[in-house]
Amino acid sequence: MERTEAEMIAAVLKGDAASFEPLVQKYSPRLFATARRYARYESEVEDIVQQVWLKAFERLSSFRGDAPFEHWLMRVAIRTCYDSLRGHHRSREKTFSELTEPEEDWLERFVSQPDGADENAQAARQLVERVLEQLSPPARLIITLQEIEGRSVKEVSKLTGWSVPLVKVRAFRARAEMRKVLSKIGKEKYL
Amino acid sequence: MNLAQLEKKLIAAARANPPGEHVPYAFEKRILARLAACPRLDHWELWGRALWRAAAPCMAIMLVLGAWSWFGPHPHTPASDLSQQLEQTLLAAVDQDQPTDPAE
Repeated sequence: MERTEAEMIAAVLKGDAASFEPLVQKYSPRLFATARRYARYESEVEDIVQQVWLKAFERLSSFRGDAPFEHWLMRVAIRTCYDSLRGHHRSREKTFSELTEPEEDWLERFVSQPDGADENAQAARQLVERVLEQLSPPARLIITLQEIEGRSVKEVSKLTGWSVPLVKVRAFRARAEMRKVLSKIGKEKYL
Repeated sequence: MNLAQLEKKLIAAARANPPGEHVPYAFEKRILARLAACPRLDHWELWGRALWRAAAPCMAIMLVLGAWSWFGPHPHTPASDLSQQLEQTLLAAVDQDQPTDPAE
């Protein structure tokens, strides 16, 4: 008979570290997808997820069990990703003159015919990654959680540990920051 | 350039392409090996261990003090008896209030 998550967690807390393995197997895909949203390189992704699991193991006794384990784990993951973003946020002041040819083509297409620029194009994906990299860590986190993943203010508050008013203020600032970055593209390329 | 529309397009591009869930080969084995290498800190266990370590010195101090009080010198001269000194100090004011010469 398969053990429930609560039973596995109780076993880990009693010292049976092997009971942690099924949890690692089950939730690692989700954690890798989350880490890939914030990491700069693929090599960073594994380090982030490893840190998440080590923190989760150390703090497992703080999991009270009144919410699903996945929610608790995602909170640990988001906070670890945010710490990683802050750690790597050195001056990333780059200009958009370094855009690749496909990215420039995509922008040209967008300027001439906004509806014709394909959202699924590889260039669009690279461009959005470039824009997100220019944002400050809190702005990037908020834009990713709210705009890209479509989470509510309350959910963001729970995941990040920030109060609801703080999330609202940071979301407002993040959108302003994003518009500033985008206007930089406009100025550098088309003025 | 319409920046609001560009923002929408880029957000849509990010939404349309969620990151992959690929997990590297034997990742969970590596995690378990890391966990085995650094065992979890149990604060109660650390506290208990510290108490057991402190028990032997405490016992030794207790025995030394017990032996000293049992076999050590027992001065019972009035000047060195703390209880008598305390009594004298407390009653000094009362003694001063009472007339020393009954004829006055």
